[in-house]
Amino acid sequence: MTSNPTTSGPPSLLHEVAMRTPGNSHVEMCIQCGTCGGSCPSASAMDHTPRALFAMLRANMRDNVLSSNTPWMCVSCYFCTVRCPQDIHITDVMYTIKNISLETKAYQAKTASDFSKTFIRWVENYGRSFEVGLAGLHTLKHFAGRLLAMAPMAIGMITKKGMSITPPKRIQGMDQLKKILKRAKELEAA
Amino acid sequence: MSEYIFYPGCSIESSAKAYYESTMAICKPLGIALKEIDDWNCCGATEYLSLNLTPAYALIGRNLALAEKQANGSQTVVAPCSACYLNLAKADHYMYEDKAFGEKINEALSAGGLHYTPGKLAVRHLLDVLVNEIGLDKIRAQVSKPLAGLRVVPYLGCMLPRPDYGERYSDSEHPLEFDELLQALGAEVIDFPLKTACCGGHMTQIGPDTAFELIRRLIAAASESGADVIATVCPMCQMNLDAFQGQMNGYFHTHYKMPVLFFTQLMGIAFGEKPEKLGFGQEFVSARQALKRIGVEVPEAAPAAKKPAGLPMPSPLQKKPIGTTEEASQ
Repeated sequence: MTSNPTTSGPPSLLHEVAMRTPGNSHVEMCIQCGTCGGSCPSASAMDHTPRALFAMLRANMRDNVLSSNTPWMCVSCYFCTVRCPQDIHITDVMYTIKNISLETKAYQAKTASDFSKTFIRWVENYGRSFEVGLAGLHTLKHFAGRLLAMAPMAIGMITKKGMSITPPKRIQGMDQLKKILKRAKELEAA
Repeated sequence: MSEYIFYPGCSIESSAKAYYESTMAICKPLGIALKEIDDWNCCGATEYLSLNLTPAYALIGRNLALAEKQANGSQTVVAPCSACYLNLAKADHYMYEDKAFGEKINEALSAGGLHYTPGKLAVRHLLDVLVNEIGLDKIRAQVSKPLAGLRVVPYLGCMLPRPDYGERYSDSEHPLEFDELLQALGAEVIDFPLKTACCGGHMTQIGPDTAFELIRRLIAAASESGADVIATVCPMCQMNLDAFQGQMNGYFHTHYKMPVLFFTQLMGIAFGEKPEKLGFGQEFVSARQALKRIGVEVPEAAPAAKKPAGLPMPSPLQKKPIGTTEEASQ
């Protein structure tokens, strides 16, 4: 979290992103060199390169930034982060933008955000992730037409790797974890 | 006996059992005792951070708090999965560096009667502990069946060498530690320029065409370099390169058959452990032929499915049904 990078006017999205990203993200230091986009393995799937996204962020183009699929296509490889000459924690900034785009319901990348939500639903209820259930539910929701064709692969996963088709055993401290997450969500919203 | 706090991670109990079995098999001769964190929870991978930062860090923080409470002698948490390792290291790093943030996460943890002292524990990946703590000399001393003649790609993926909060690797893009470990096992290590390139991560689930291209890039480069096998240090990398290799082949009409193993499986072979104890046969692209070259018989992977194997994952962009995975050279 850094101090307000803007000098006047109402809090900008840039300021909000800077404040909500843990540590000092240096997000306001971008010099538009484009190293991030040139290093990105999933740039081809993005509607804007990270450099362009940061330009829009600094121009306070709120809707354009929050509806962009760019942060959702990030694979968290940290190439941009280690190469950035301004030491911007780009991957962490992408996480923060995703958080805000969900909160404001501005996000358009439904398949990606649903994947995250489905993944975490298991975690919030069992304390563990559930790979088979996750892939099954995600497929059902987004690619139902191919469900039948997927069946042989699912079977391969179960017979070869011995993966369980039933949800994982709940952790013993499930109540404790739920209390922690509830409090954390209140703190995030505060 | 070197004792460590162990964070296994969810994958190792489902899709990456071979990693767990082989890790246990190599730790014993090296005198490593892994003490699992009691009642640990999922680290949230890259997904919870995307949704809601404070609960995501609190979820990770619970593991750190439990580890701190249960720590008995050792102050080092070892994770075999790169994503788990990075999440634990990231939470510790930011809680330490950003005091207000650390207090916020601890306030959430206090709702469950827990607390973590930022900076108290060292979070390390299994590879880092083996190379930098146990040391290559000790590893070399255990090698009874050198992997001489086996051409291995040392594939690290992203989250181990980057962003490297603990500054444990010689480089964030081309580190040499993994090469040196595999050399200590007697393997012929390929100088692989894509050793820290992305395996596709969660793109297999949300953008398959991008994922297939990233997988192809790695598999093709390994194949062109004459590799017998790719060694991995992360369940996600292993899953993407191995289980999705068939779908990738279908998408590009290629016929690659590149075995992808956990590095601990190769260590086990070099240590003279029985292949049956190292999780062989769980991989989709069988490593049997590759290891036969150095005179090691491993159990056959289950009969190849007619359809390419993988998670029940759609491939809307496939141009034709797949199922032609015959080796091009045969």
